[in-house]
Amino acid sequence: MSEMTYSDAVKDAIRMELRRDPDVVMFGEDIAHHGGMMQVTKGLLDEFGDKRMIDTPISESGFMGMGIGAALRGLRPVVDLMFFDFALVAMDQIQNQLAKTIYMSGGKVKVPLTIRTQGGGWKGAAAQHSQMLEALFVHVPGLKVVTSSTPADAKGLLQASIQDDSPVLFIEHKQLYGVKGEVPEGDHIVPLGKADVKREGSDVTIFSYSYCVHLALEAAEKLADQGVSAEVVDLRTLNPLDFDTVAASVSKTHRAMVVHDSYARCGIGADLAAQIQEKLFDELDAPILRVTGGDVSVPFAGELENALLPNVERIVATANELVS
Amino acid sequence: MPQAPPSGSNRPSDSLSKDDLKGIYRQMWILRKFEETLLDLSKAGDLRGSLHLTEGQEAGPAGACLALRKDDAITMTYRGHGYYLAKGVNIKEVLAEIIGRENGTSRGRGGKMHVFDPEHGVLGANGIVAGGVPTAVGAAFASWLKGDDSVALSAFGDGAMNQGVMHEVMNMAGLWKLPVVFYCENNLYAEMTSLEASSGVTEVHKRVAAYGFEGVKIDGNDPLEVFDAVTAAVEKARAGGGPTLIEAMTYRTCGHYQLDPGFGGYRTREEVEEWKAKSPLIRFGAVLKEKKICKDKDLKKIEEEAAAIVAEAKEFALAGPIPSVDGLADGVFA
Ligand SMILES: Cc1ncc(C[n+]2csc(CCOP(=O)(O)OP(=O)(O)O)c2C)c(N)n1
Ligand SMILES: [Mg+2]
Repeated sequence: MSEMTYSDAVKDAIRMELRRDPDVVMFGEDIAHHGGMMQVTKGLLDEFGDKRMIDTPISESGFMGMGIGAALRGLRPVVDLMFFDFALVAMDQIQNQLAKTIYMSGGKVKVPLTIRTQGGGWKGAAAQHSQMLEALFVHVPGLKVVTSSTPADAKGLLQASIQDDSPVLFIEHKQLYGVKGEVPEGDHIVPLGKADVKREGSDVTIFSYSYCVHLALEAAEKLADQGVSAEVVDLRTLNPLDFDTVAASVSKTHRAMVVHDSYARCGIGADLAAQIQEKLFDELDAPILRVTGGDVSVPFAGELENALLPNVERIVATANELVS
Repeated sequence: MPQAPPSGSNRPSDSLSKDDLKGIYRQMWILRKFEETLLDLSKAGDLRGSLHLTEGQEAGPAGACLALRKDDAITMTYRGHGYYLAKGVNIKEVLAEIIGRENGTSRGRGGKMHVFDPEHGVLGANGIVAGGVPTAVGAAFASWLKGDDSVALSAFGDGAMNQGVMHEVMNMAGLWKLPVVFYCENNLYAEMTSLEASSGVTEVHKRVAAYGFEGVKIDGNDPLEVFDAVTAAVEKARAGGGPTLIEAMTYRTCGHYQLDPGFGGYRTREEVEEWKAKSPLIRFGAVLKEKKICKDKDLKKIEEEAAAIVAEAKEFALAGPIPSVDGLADGVFA
């Protein structure tokens, strides 16, 4: 174990995979020579050379599609999307091609491609550089969608993603890069499709993922001071969803809420609420509530952005509403 | 009229054997018979969905695939039956796929627009115009990164030249000199819209000058000219010389899909008839006779052989098991 930032943990995962498997290659905009917009991949070009770490032109659809071809021909590409928002430029290649290739081939082919990207606000980056768009990619079948909230999970889940034979969308968060934590040295695998109880509790479950897990944990601390025991479940992999862990927690606390900083309508919270009430209606003592990033584009002004995105106070208030 | 590529005295096709030449003719007939069978199956209600036939364009797949190795990659479109068949995919399994059977190439999950066979380098037919071109360029990217000498070819139509992603990947193919052949079947129409109504530059091959590689225009209804152009492009690609775009002039003498009569509205009956007379099957049959490789009766025999192969495939397909609903969600993930 050693303490490192989330950013270094992501780099460590990529480095481990590039070392482990000569078929792993990474490409995207400004990732090799510059080391990535967030400097996560700095130094990897020196170790692995320009046939493993490749700077591309600004052609998200094009290089995403090329990743599919490369994956079908035996490589294990890590395709870097500088901002999650830019995935929208490459939607045909991601959703019509990448996500469907295995199914359309009748399960005949493997598509071991990992899209690595980062989303999220609180940085004054406004409407086209702040989005968390995970729900769009869970909605269309065929992509594994993975998030992480701690450096250790980031490393373990990214290594697992790159090793997976299905396409994976690995979503990082701007607010997480400086977060520090203990990370296992050497190979570290956290299996995809497993949620993690980040804090045990008995009165209410707060389901969350990515950066918002930290807000949920802070809120749980405050709730404890007020005599409310909140369980915090980090969903981690959004597709496939670990519903067993969801069910176990709801069956324990009988009250559930979902926290995410992405849009509310048709979001992960809406989906989770639907699934819980479909399968666990009798376990519920209260309606399922959501704290989300609303249904407004991310505004520029700090006061507006802060008002839109979730915060600890709203989570505490919502949990109190559930237990009262 | 299309102009011939720089040819000179020794064209690659000069070294094709008599059997190779007969093989080309046979491959074109297999495609024609195959598609006639698809139409029959569609009319009989055994085949679901729309059918994009390629009547009149048989020279492209027969000539191009002969210039490729088994380990070379290829992608094609919804109108790509000829390419996956000529690349070597089992015709019985293809037909089973096209009528949605469990023993089809994709266990009935793909259908005719989504035929895959990585064994033969077939990385997918595609339902999205230009959607599969990046896959082929990505296969070439993989060859380049790994340093192996396989190449990739993507067959697509003139309409695909107006999709953004096409230009993104052409730019990258030119940038890195990737071993890829862009094979554009210029059949003058995209659905019911003509080339003239689609771009200010109707000489498709000239458009790649912007990406720093060569574009050539050929008679796409002459399978030997196709073979020569693809062979030259493939040799160049294998040698590290980068991509080529081949603009193959051809014509779909049938409708865009089975419910389009093919003339009236967007093209005249005369225009279609004129091209029917220039059909690759007619023209190449005449070449084989002229070269004294075949007599009429030999040509007829080849046609009958092709029909028998397709008939056998049809029998196999119709006898294939219907996919079990239990397996509906198989293959969402690897
Ligand atoms: C992205 C997309 N837009 C539109 C269509 C509908 N469509 C199917 S075939 C076709 C024409 C394509 O023409 P071309 O590329 O010239 O190929 P051809 O059909 O002539 O072989 C169109 C517009 C589609 N399948 N995909
Ligand atoms: Mg066309």
